[in-house]
Formats: sequence, structure tokens, C-alpha cells
Amino acid sequence: MANPQAELNNGPVAAAMLAAGIGCLVLGIITCLAQARKAIGAAINFYYPTGPLGGKTMVAIVAWLVAWAVLSSKWKEASVDFGKMFMVTLILVGLGLLGSFPLFFDLF
Amino acid sequence: MTLSLTYRETWAVIHGMMLGSLFLLAYAGGLAELINLSSVWSTEAGVIKRVRRLKIGTRVMAVVAWLTVITGTYIVYPWYRANPPAGADLTMFPRSLLLSKPETAEWHKFGMEWKEHVAWLAPILATAVAYMVTKYGVRLAKDAQVRRAVIVLFTISFCTAAIAGLFGAFINKAAPIH
Repeated sequence: MANPQAELNNGPVAAAMLAAGIGCLVLGIITCLAQARKAIGAAINFYYPTGPLGGKTMVAIVAWLVAWAVLSSKWKEASVDFGKMFMVTLILVGLGLLGSFPLFFDLF
Repeated sequence: MTLSLTYRETWAVIHGMMLGSLFLLAYAGGLAELINLSSVWSTEAGVIKRVRRLKIGTRVMAVVAWLTVITGTYIVYPWYRANPPAGADLTMFPRSLLLSKPETAEWHKFGMEWKEHVAWLAPILATAVAYMVTKYGVRLAKDAQVRRAVIVLFTISFCTAAIAGLFGAFINKAAPIH
């Protein structure tokens, strides 16, 4: 029988939303780091034909999926302040966009 | 009359004109469904139908977004960035061709550098949107806060894909994949 309380929980959707923001942020950070330190760019050059791009995106995807798994398990049956989580997500996505913008990451 | 494309051109078409365009075009339909989902404007049966279409549409868009970035990064991009051997015809090496002239260098330094990174935000956000729509279902019609969040993330996903698509089209015009 379905748990009526569980149906009201917004934790799982907030977890998916916030994890996406974290994934975007990590992509922005790793892009700046790879630009600032050539050694990092070389270290994440997992597949030579794509250069560091493949590694940057792989790191971001792993961070996103790990964050989603952790937050989902934590908020599986919880309700969170959705408005606050949405604002945090927008900030993380915004920072991710900034970090992946060439005029910004070329500063490093 | 012969209409032919090389193997590389075919993949560039699949990546940009088929998968990328499908994602961008589907956005308008998805946005209209989300905006019109408000329970004020819809009957209960109408909401159920709209949510069913939204679930299918957002899932398909997420899959298409992933296929677009994967084909772009792992199939087309290696041809774009390949280093030419000494004395090679640069028309077969788009990045080197762009960088060889000051008037086209920014297409790589700014356009391609932005496109290749920002494009990856689209599938991450599209997946979150698909999950939120699937998980929340008909409750989206009543919960304006969550619906607004879905619309905003959906729109950011579209914008990142549009930036990538726009620069992809321009760069392929300046230095095509052959």
C-alpha cells in the first residue's frame, strides 16, 4: 500500500534538482582547474582523441551521479525547503555556466 | 543527380541537424505543455493526458541530449581537433584551419571552447527535468513552485543546447568537417 506521506515528500525531486546543480558546478570548476594547471588537464586526458574535454565531462558526470545518489538516499522520505533548494541550484548552475565560459576560464 | 555525404559529414549531420535540432525543436512543445499544466486552465482528465505527454517528451529529450553530446564529443570532435601532419591540407583539420588565420581563430578560441563545455550542461539538466516530471506527475499541476523550477531548468537546458547548436552551425560553416 502506498504511503500517503511519502507521496507528499519533495525530497527526491529536490535531490535531483540540487544534484544537477552540483554537476554543473563541478564542470565549471574542473574546466577552470584544467585551464589553470596544465598538469590537471593532462591528468584527466583519459581518451586522447577528445583531449581533456572527455575527462572534464566524465568528472562532472561522476560528481553529479554521486551527489544525486547521496542526496536521494538522505531525502528519500523527507520534505525540504524547495524554494531554498531551487535558489541554491540556480546559483550552482550559474557558477557552472561562468566556469565554462571561455572569457572567464581564460583568466586562469 | 547524386546526393552524397562522406562518413564524417554523415555523423556531423546526425549530431547537429538530427539529434541537436530535435532537442531544440522539442523544447517549444514541452514548454507549452508545462505552462498550460496549471490546474486553473485544465480539467483533471486534461492534466493526466498532459502529464503523460510530458513524461514521454522530457524522457525522450533527455536521451536525445545525451546522444547529442556523446556523438559530438566522442565521434565528431576528435575529427575537428586532430593535429595535421606537416604539409597537410588543413581543410581536413578544422581546428587547425581556424587557428591558421587571425580572422577565424576566435571561432575556435571562443566559439568552440564555449560550445564544447556548455553543451554538457544540457543533458544533466534535461535528465533532472525528466526525473522531476516523472516523479511529481500530476502534482505538477497543483504545485506552482515545483512547476516553475522545472520550467526554469528546462529553459536553461534549452539555452545551453542552443548556444552549442548555434556555434556548431557557424563553426561548421567556417571550417566544415569533411
